[in-house]
Amino acid sequence: MSAGLYTQLLDLACGAFLLAAVLVLWGRELAAIVRVFALQGVALAAVGLLLGAHEARWDLILVALAVGVLRAGVLPYLIRRALAVSAADRGSDEVRETQPLVNVAASLLTAALLTLLAYAVARPLTELNPTPATRALPVGLAVVLIGFFVLVTRRRALAQVVGFLLLDNGITATAFLATSGVPVIVELGVSFDVLLAVLVLQILTTRVREAFGTTDIDDLRELHD
Amino acid sequence: MPYLSHGAALLLTAPVAAPLVVAAACALPHARMPRPAAVRSHDRLPSVPAAEPFPAQPRHRHPADWAGLVPPVVIVLCGSLLAVDVLGAGPVSACSGLLRADALTAWMLLVVGSVALIACGAAPGYLAGERAAGRASARTGWHYQVLVQSFLAAMCLAVLTANLGVLWVAIEATTIVTAFLVGHRRTRTSVEAAWKYVVICSAGIALAFLGTVLLYYAARQAGIAEAWALDWPTLAAHADRLDPSVTRLGITLVILGFGAKAGLIPLHAWLPDAHSQAPAPVSALMSGVLLSVAFAAILRYRAIADAALGADFTRVLLAGIALLTLALAAGLLLGQRDYKRMLAYSSMEHMSLIALGAAIGSPLALSAVLLHIAGHGLAKSAAFCASGRILHLTGTSRIGRVNGLLARAPSVGGVFGFAVVALLAFPPFSLFASELGIARAGFTAGTVLAWVTSAALLLVLTAFAALAARTARMLLGPAPTAAGSPGATEPGIWPLALGLTACAALGVGLGPLTDLLHAAAQAIGDR
Repeated sequence: MSAGLYTQLLDLACGAFLLAAVLVLWGRELAAIVRVFALQGVALAAVGLLLGAHEARWDLILVALAVGVLRAGVLPYLIRRALAVSAADRGSDEVRETQPLVNVAASLLTAALLTLLAYAVARPLTELNPTPATRALPVGLAVVLIGFFVLVTRRRALAQVVGFLLLDNGITATAFLATSGVPVIVELGVSFDVLLAVLVLQILTTRVREAFGTTDIDDLRELHD
Repeated sequence: MPYLSHGAALLLTAPVAAPLVVAAACALPHARMPRPAAVRSHDRLPSVPAAEPFPAQPRHRHPADWAGLVPPVVIVLCGSLLAVDVLGAGPVSACSGLLRADALTAWMLLVVGSVALIACGAAPGYLAGERAAGRASARTGWHYQVLVQSFLAAMCLAVLTANLGVLWVAIEATTIVTAFLVGHRRTRTSVEAAWKYVVICSAGIALAFLGTVLLYYAARQAGIAEAWALDWPTLAAHADRLDPSVTRLGITLVILGFGAKAGLIPLHAWLPDAHSQAPAPVSALMSGVLLSVAFAAILRYRAIADAALGADFTRVLLAGIALLTLALAAGLLLGQRDYKRMLAYSSMEHMSLIALGAAIGSPLALSAVLLHIAGHGLAKSAAFCASGRILHLTGTSRIGRVNGLLARAPSVGGVFGFAVVALLAFPPFSLFASELGIARAGFTAGTVLAWVTSAALLLVLTAFAALAARTARMLLGPAPTAAGSPGATEPGIWPLALGLTACAALGVGLGPLTDLLHAAAQAIGDR
């Protein structure tokens, strides 16, 4: 693979990765959001694969494949299953983000601002070792920030889970782009933790629905001072 | 130089393995048995099983409840043996450098083990109370045991590992295993607390992972090999080679992220909810050691940051966080109406004092911080376990509806009273010595820090007044006549009394622990 092609493909994958995060902000149907999230997982795996192929490192390629299976396959499947249970139980208004705290136009504007912020923050990171990969590093940070934004502004429990996973995807992408991934044992532990966290959140979503009759997080205001 | 031996490997793995073995032993008999249909329907039809299991319950012994005491004993034992090893021959490591013990590890292991002894010793009494109240089924018992033991294993791993990535994995694992303990009642309040707990802690700690990744990047660029770039001793030794601007960003994220788990601003919102909803022994573990295990991670990173960036960077960050957290905790303590939440805010108060001590960073301050971690763990776990008993006796967690505890249940009221007196840092208890140490270190560390320390002391006084007034209202007064008086000896009170005695003993004199404390402070101090 020539250097130019590698850079172009890497930028393409990173672009798709960021675009998916923005589309999550756009969407209201939770099913569509989960589809976009799965696509983002594919883009993330592609970033890892490209880096692995470029550096000819088999362990990195294997890690990227595992990350792809987890982020584009297992996690979206888990969320979709929880979504199906919700829909069967409560009807269609449970599967839509009815009224996000911030409307779509303002969300997209915020995403643009957050991306600019990510580029500003990431400047010292890029300067330390300017390569095609680290030049794309701000994309990972931007997705982290957008994930946080989704987590804070969305009201459906499952939309918050997607926000948390965006955050996590962003961190994994940062790790890939900055250092071609963290050591395998750490990556394994992190993936396992994320998987378990999503399982726990899935079960808690069911319990929230049983206890409150809805998965609208705004209704969780029993505990306060 | 770290040396390798089979003995050291055993000592380093046993504190993690022992709780896991007990957890597996509790889980296996139930996993192999096909779950009986009656238990399955238990979840959905609360009226059916109430008739059958309970008449048999009080006679039934629950040996599994007591099996939980084995791992804490193992942890304390390994902690003491490691302390002897470490003081004699320096840090020991095993599993190709993944596990490592220095003086700080030994100290934290001793704290984790002794607080776990209190919590696991109080657990049988707590579970018996839950069974008597009809809130616990046979399943609850072993679920509880499995989750608590995994929780202990995760905390021990976090303390024992030298790899900063594994440290992160272990601390995130504590969130996952405790989620269901926080939400065990499935009521609206407990489900809400569990949701907030998992979302805030996982997101917060994700920031810490991003910070870890950035540090790893800086370390790789500084020419440290992949296998050692997350190794704490290596990073601390070569910290001056790390790129300052990347390290600054990474350390900020790490302190905010692990600060979430340690109950520090800005991601502290989960703490009062989770601590008030979890079963009392679990609250004791969370407040007594989980917070300080997370803070021990911050102490490790602080050592790297100080070597890479100079002491001022973490000093400003930690002092600011400490003051804000302290102000928030003192303010909310003033208006508090729930005694478990009151204890939770008191934990935030003490964690911010610990953060202040870490910000000061002199050897005296660091020794005081470590002593404060131990004293707070012992006193707070006794207070939380006693509060669980009070909840069983009175059926309410409102401060206004509890009075005359000393007349009604002298042993529980007495232990709760003494625990709060310890938390208020009265002299026989070790928190007095450690708060004095932090204050003295603060006043000798320059003008700005002296002002910060004075402000902190003022806020501590506010919290003191609020805590003292509320506890006095609960303890004093005549016993309510309607309530049936329980027996003179309360079940499960002796571990709490032992814990408080240990806390007082630490305050009177450290004895053989003196060397360990100073060595631990040195391990994370300036090198």
